[in-house]
Amino acid sequence: MKNLSALLRAALALLSVSPAALLASSALLFAASAALLSPTAKASEAGRRLDSAPIKPTDVVSLQAGARTFANYCLNCHSASLMRWNRLLELGLTESQIKDNLMFGSDKVGDLMTVAMTRKEAREWFGAAPPDLSVIARSRGADWLYTYLRSFYRDPVRPSGWNNALYENVAMPNPMWQLQGERVRVERAALRGAAEAGGHAGAAKTIKYETVRPGTLNPVQYDETVRDLVNFLVYVGEPAAITRKQIGVFALLYLLAMWPLAWLLKREFWKDVH
Amino acid sequence: MAAAEKPPVTGTGSTALDGLLTWIDQRFPLISTWKAHLTEYYAPKNFNFWYYFGSLALLVLAIQIVSGIFLTMNYKPDANLAFASVEYIMREVPGGWIIRYMHSTGASAFFICVYLHMFRALLYGSYRAPRELLWIFGMLIYLCLMGEAFFGYLLPWGQMSYWGAQVIINLFSAIPLIGPDLSLWIRGDYVISDATLNRFFALHVIAIPLLLLGLVVAHLLALHEVGSNNPDGIEIAKRKDAKGIPLDGIPFHPYYTVKDILGVVVFMLVFVVVVFFAPEMGGYFLEYNNFVPADPLQTPAHIAPVWYFTPYYSILRAVPPLFNSQFPGVVAMGVSVMILFLLPWLDRGAVKSIRYRGIYFKVALTAFVIVFLVLGYLGTEPITVWGQFGGWLGDADRATVISRICTVIYFLFFILMPWYTKVDKTKPEPARVTH
Repeated sequence: MKNLSALLRAALALLSVSPAALLASSALLFAASAALLSPTAKASEAGRRLDSAPIKPTDVVSLQAGARTFANYCLNCHSASLMRWNRLLELGLTESQIKDNLMFGSDKVGDLMTVAMTRKEAREWFGAAPPDLSVIARSRGADWLYTYLRSFYRDPVRPSGWNNALYENVAMPNPMWQLQGERVRVERAALRGAAEAGGHAGAAKTIKYETVRPGTLNPVQYDETVRDLVNFLVYVGEPAAITRKQIGVFALLYLLAMWPLAWLLKREFWKDVH
Repeated sequence: MAAAEKPPVTGTGSTALDGLLTWIDQRFPLISTWKAHLTEYYAPKNFNFWYYFGSLALLVLAIQIVSGIFLTMNYKPDANLAFASVEYIMREVPGGWIIRYMHSTGASAFFICVYLHMFRALLYGSYRAPRELLWIFGMLIYLCLMGEAFFGYLLPWGQMSYWGAQVIINLFSAIPLIGPDLSLWIRGDYVISDATLNRFFALHVIAIPLLLLGLVVAHLLALHEVGSNNPDGIEIAKRKDAKGIPLDGIPFHPYYTVKDILGVVVFMLVFVVVVFFAPEMGGYFLEYNNFVPADPLQTPAHIAPVWYFTPYYSILRAVPPLFNSQFPGVVAMGVSVMILFLLPWLDRGAVKSIRYRGIYFKVALTAFVIVFLVLGYLGTEPITVWGQFGGWLGDADRATVISRICTVIYFLFFILMPWYTKVDKTKPEPARVTH
């Protein structure tokens, strides 16, 4: 994402300078100076390398599986209060499927995905109120969520008995421990310096775990479960995203058809200007 | 003129339409206005790429006003409801997401158009006499735009909305004596709160847009009074034919209206790619942290303004504090914007256009563009982005040192301008425009 935006910025810079040669040189100089100074920037990024989430937003089966995991494991503490249950009709689920298999707290499919726990109670029980997950994928990003949910380990020092290698000392315990099993982190002392508090960093790349008690899923199955859950969270973050891209293709085609017409119209009118 | 004295309108090909236009024209300056500003406004025939951005800025203004009207129908300017109401627009209002993304992308597009439009003026000396007032109206539009963007950015009530506003309002409290009271007056409260959100909403949807529209009208009236400059920087009004029409002028309508339609189509292609395929634009148009609701108790690790403010934000950060006060940085930031007002009087060049300027101006402008881009980039990143120098320079942040150098060059571009434009070895201007 970072490279893409850098590329776009460079393209934009080039586009804006094309008519004047003197400005092309300025863009080059700018790019060169950025390139010269970038090694340190890359090095600091290496500390927070995230696993790439292999999600597919158009995979309905994955989204449905993610919805099930979400309802079973997340929605007890976290809300997604900007999302309505019956929006899941979009994922090919029927109203009765939503009601019978996913909704535990309420019975009207037009309801929002809320939880019964209040923020005050949450603070008393966990030390921090669990954030609403409606747009969590938009603030954290899919890769962060995918890495985070696979970075829990047992830590007797923490009040919950759990810690997270990506988000050091997070208040949240591993919600899917029965699926993943229980792990401990090895070489912990050596790696501690790499992770900062606050959730934005963590050296997930080099961390090693040891399974103490296996869960009901093997590691591959667990990764798939997390992948589907993250896929669903990305969907919840912007349910209209797929429609957006579909409409976008038509908007682009329309404008691409307009382009030659506008060009011909301009040429026709400008014939007599010399 | 009495109604009966005005000649009837003819030539539309329909007697009914002729009659209607005559009826209106005898009561309202319809035909004369149409002619003065479109069919008989003569623009130089050699406009190039850079001349698209004025009309495109007008287009974006229209996009912002129309999409803004629809957003206000569903947005709630209430600290408890604002964040959710934006997501309500994104999820439950039919077509709401398209309106919201058009508005958020439009904000950045507005600044892209305006920056390129202003850069065009630098290239071709469009601010020079007799266009000083035109430039000043343009600068006032730019200031309004900055205000509009700042007030509007608080409205989604995300973390960046809240803390960005916090940083900017705190700048005012750095002003000696009146600072604290001034920032209190701006906020309407001791902290940024519902009161702040409400007044920013009022300013964003009524006060600033009204000013903006009035200034755009003044900008266009001033333009049509003095005539458009062109890439050669020469006055086409100096050479006219027997009928008093500039030899190098062509009627704005239809020539530039059809040309601008082409510009609009190409611009919309880029705009649509962003709106439909990359509305966040990698975090530059919609910051990721702004998808977290505003939390007055949790300061984000890294607060950065949106990209269009970052060159000035870099200048603010570059200036070291004096007696523990950020005031020098605030002054530098303010002056870095305001100094643009003085351009018509700082530039003493014998010619207007870069085509006939000497090497000094070309080097100065190139340096200015580079430092503006570097400052803009650094403003989006934490000051540690390029690491420390190490060695004899110790632990100084590279980004801070480089932004200080850039800030000095930024101001030298203006301060030295009277000198280098005057001693520059210019080429003779042509008598007629060239393509």
